[in-house]
This record gives sequence, structure tokens and C-alpha cells, in this order.
Amino acid sequence: MRMREFCIVMLAAVAIVNTTLAQAQSRFGIGRPATPAEIAGWNIDIDRDGHNLRAGSGSVSHGREVFDQQCSACHGARGEGGVGDKLVGGQGTLATAKPVKTVGSFWPYAPTLFDYIRRAMPQNAPQSLSNEDVYAVSAYILNLNGLLPADATLDAKTLSAIKMPNRNMFVGDPRPDVKNPNCLTDCGGNK
Amino acid sequence: MTEPTDPGDDLAVTSRRRFLREGGALMGGAVLGGLAGSEVSAATENADNLPPNIPEWMKAPGDPMGSQLYGSPSPFEKGVIKNIPKNLPQYFSASGRTPLQDLDGIITPNGLFYERHHGGVPTIDPAQHRLMLHGLVDKPLIFTMDDLRRFPSQSRIHFLECSGNPVYTKPYGKTASDLVGLLSCAEWTGVSLKLVLQEAGLQPGAKWVVAEGADAAGLTRSVPIEKCLDDAMLVYSQNGERLRPQQGYPLRLLLPGFEGNMNVKWLRRLRVATEPTYSREETSKYTDLMPDGTAREFTFYMEAKSIITRPSGGQKLTTPGFHEISGIAWSGHGKISRVDVSVDDGKSWLQAELQEPVLTRALTRFRLPWHWDGQSAVIQSRATDETGYVQPTLAELLAVRGDNSFYHNNAIWPWRVAANGEVTNANA
Repeated sequence: MRMREFCIVMLAAVAIVNTTLAQAQSRFGIGRPATPAEIAGWNIDIDRDGHNLRAGSGSVSHGREVFDQQCSACHGARGEGGVGDKLVGGQGTLATAKPVKTVGSFWPYAPTLFDYIRRAMPQNAPQSLSNEDVYAVSAYILNLNGLLPADATLDAKTLSAIKMPNRNMFVGDPRPDVKNPNCLTDCGGNK
Repeated sequence: MTEPTDPGDDLAVTSRRRFLREGGALMGGAVLGGLAGSEVSAATENADNLPPNIPEWMKAPGDPMGSQLYGSPSPFEKGVIKNIPKNLPQYFSASGRTPLQDLDGIITPNGLFYERHHGGVPTIDPAQHRLMLHGLVDKPLIFTMDDLRRFPSQSRIHFLECSGNPVYTKPYGKTASDLVGLLSCAEWTGVSLKLVLQEAGLQPGAKWVVAEGADAAGLTRSVPIEKCLDDAMLVYSQNGERLRPQQGYPLRLLLPGFEGNMNVKWLRRLRVATEPTYSREETSKYTDLMPDGTAREFTFYMEAKSIITRPSGGQKLTTPGFHEISGIAWSGHGKISRVDVSVDDGKSWLQAELQEPVLTRALTRFRLPWHWDGQSAVIQSRATDETGYVQPTLAELLAVRGDNSFYHNNAIWPWRVAANGEVTNANA
């Protein structure tokens, strides 16, 4: 009798747990639909292939003008760096004792320039540049790195087509890659 | 109230102010049972307050209720503050460190939690904040903060650590905070990200979630869907109160065990995608350059690590004899299973006691009793986590990764205790 009661209680408990799980997997009806216009306004992500790049274009020469006004105070007159990152040079240094990581030497994907400049630069007024200005500054920085001719103009198609020199030098995470023998006694000491 | 520099300026009781003045330049920590911070000058003892006399603070009422509507530490602890590098070219993309050597236990007070920002700290009205969830979902959604707080909540204790903590190259820091102070631990409250994703309905091909902050950097990182459906959280509270602005108020992503910058603060958007977004932060910044010129990308987990915080660099043992060695250990891969401590420059190791609770992806406090004989000594700790992984030495790390990789340095860090009791960085 007691066993039967116990079983009934247990069955009831299992039923409650199952009900709880089922409820946890159901929808809560929280939140409201996001409209396409709202998503388009907020989704400024540009991936490495250039998806979601905006209409418009910008030339190297216009980029130089924008750069002089908006960027050079921090990044130097020709991208040599200052308060802001060095943007130019360093190709061939990554495997040396003094690697110089710049857009030209290190960045694997050109569309990332548009994504980052648009969302975060200039640091004192992010998201203030027009799409044309962002294309133009991207073009100028690539030109300074010897990756685009001085008479070039960039748009969604041409920016996406650029192959950066360091594109194939990124690898996955191989860790754990370092093994400590875990000595406890008569160890060599810290070297 | 005529002496604005007096540390007791806000105290009503005159005798306290006199004591503080006579105490001279009081900094945090003062004298801790035989252990002194190097920048700490001991208070001049006022015999009037010592046995057999009755101390002044017992002879008059203390501060009335309501003197502080939001409590702050004793004025005697005013030196326990964030460790912020001096003379940086700019402070909008910068970091401030937790004073690990001044803290006990495993929970970091909210005011001392480490900070790393990429475009300053935004001031966000929670009533105007929205989280957008879109991409490969059945139903793109927008949530208010009230919406998110309606979901079933959970609270968990986890550490957060910046990926560059510390770098591999000299000059190495002097204190535990200088070395690994981009590390803190808190109890986080929020909603399981899995629940929120299920609310929108994941579509086939959903492999990554791209998270974006509402700061001036629009900081963007891609997170594998496996993590999002495991222990990831959308967090609105920290140690019982709402997030501090420096920690992402009103909403941040929490990815237990993943490098700090992926735990996107001021979270405003989640885009479900097939591919990572390859943002600037996850390509040109938070990637680890190897000696052969390749760079490791998507190096998410912070591996097992530990450091002795007491005694540690900048402190001083004031007398030979008993001293407890105490420190913290943590692993992005789970629980700490063991910490060994060496007091003889790594020749032999002793198993330290782990303070309960030992939690997954949280700081674990360890302790080892030690009788210091007054001779020069090198002390260090070595953590092992539940996967069996053992914290390596700096030399072991450098042999594999070189010194250009910048991030994910989880080296054992030895402290040298000089015969005069001064503790310094033995690798410096």
C-alpha cells in the first residue's frame, strides 16, 4: 500500500517535471515583431564577402580629403599612426621579432574596412560619415598600402573583390597547445 | 568642512577627523597582520585609543542613519581602487584593472570590476534601450528591458577575463593587478540566451550569433551557436544590483569562460547567421600572432590559470613566521580541480586547499599555510582544471607561441620574497 502510494506520488512528480519542461520549451509570447525597416536601419554588419554593403561609391582622391579632415589627427597624415592605430605598412614583418600589424599587413578582408569605419570611426563622431565617404576613406587606406591605384573608385562590388595579402594566414584555435609536465617533487624549478 | 583634502572630510565626528589627520597618508590595506602593501604607510598609533584606554569612537555616537544613501567603503580603504594605466594616449579605448591583491574571496565588488571599453562608456536610458533579434529566425523580435525581465531568470557566478591579461612581453607588471587585473568575478542574473533564441525560432543554417553593442564602437563579435544554446546569458544584474554602466547597463551578453570582449556590453542586437561576421575585433585585433606569421582566430576560451594574491608583488612581509599563502584560480573550461603551490622556486609543489564553493568558470580561492623562515624565497601557484589541463610556465608558453601572440597568456607567475620581506615579480 505504501509502495503504491509512493509510486503514485513519484508518477505525479514526473508528470509535473515533464509539464515544466514542456512549458520551458514553449514560447512565452514576449517581445514584438521587428519590421524590415527597423532591421535595415540597425543591421550595419558587413561580412568578409561584403554582404550588406551599401549603395554608393568613393574615390581614392576623395578619400584623401576625408582622411585629412577626419582621420589624420589620430592616424597620422599618411596613416603612419599616432593616438590611433598605424594603418599603413608592415607587410612582410608578421613573422619577425617586431611585427607591424596594419590594414595592409594584417587585415584579412577588405569589406571589414567599410564595416568598421562606418560603425566606429571617427572615434569622436561614429556613424557620421556618408556611405560615399566611407567607401572613399577605405579606398585611400588601401591605396596608401599599395593595394589600390590612385585613380581607383570603390563600390560594393569592387571592395568585395579585393584580396588582402594576409587573407590566408589565419588559422583555427589549436589549444591546448602547451603542456606542463606537472612535476611535484625534484623538479627543475622555474626557468 | 574647510579642509577638502582631509580624508575624513565627510565625517561628522571631529575626533575621527583628527585621527585620520594624525594617521597621515592612509592608503588601502594599512597593516594586515604582518603583511603590508608597499605604498601603504601604517597609521601612527594613538595610544589614547589602545588598551587599556577606551577608543574615541566609543565615546560619541557614530554617523547617523542616512549618512550614505548608497554605501561606500571606509575612508581607510580609499586606496583600494581600480588600477588605471597612466599616460595613455587616450582613454576611450582603454582598460582599468581590479586590485586583486587587495581583495578576499571570489566575488569582485561591482565598483572594482575590471573595465575594457572600445569607445567609452555610454549612458543609456533603459526605457529607450532595445534588443533586436533577427537573421536566421522564424520571427525577428524586438525586446524592451521590461520584456527581457519577464523571461524566466537565472543567477550564476562566473569570472570574466580580458584576453590580453597580461601580454607576453616585458616590462611585466609589479603587482597581481598589473599582471592579471583584467579579471573579475560576479554573480550574474539574467535570462538564458537559449530561451530568447527559441522565442524567435532558429532556422536551419543557424551556426553563429553576431552580437553588437550600443556603444560608440558598435563593438561586434560572432559567437558559435553551440555556446549560445549552452550556458550563454543575457544579463541585466550583477551582484544583486543592476549592471553598472561600465559593465554594459542595461544589458550585456555573458559567455562563461570566453574572452572578455566577446561578452558584448550595452547589447542591442543579435543577428543569427551561417557565417561569422569577421568584424575588425575578431580579425585584426583579438587574434593571436604566431612566430611563423600565422594568426589564430576565434580563440574563445580562457585556459586554466592562477595567481597568488597574498603575499604578492608590492606587498611586504613584516615578520618571519606564519603567513597564509592565498590566491585565485580559474578556467574557462570548467571547474578548478587542483592548485599546487611551490615555495622553493618550483623545485617542489604542495597541494593547496580549495575554498568551497568550487564553481564552473568561476574564481576559486586557494590557500596554503606557510611558515616563512625569513630567507629569500620564490612562491608560485599552478592550477589544474577538471579537463586535466595544467597551467603552464611562461617559458613553456613562449616556446610554443613566441612572444608576439599578445593574447591568452595564462602563465604561472612567480613572486620573489626578499629577505627583508619585500615581494616583487620574479619574472621581471
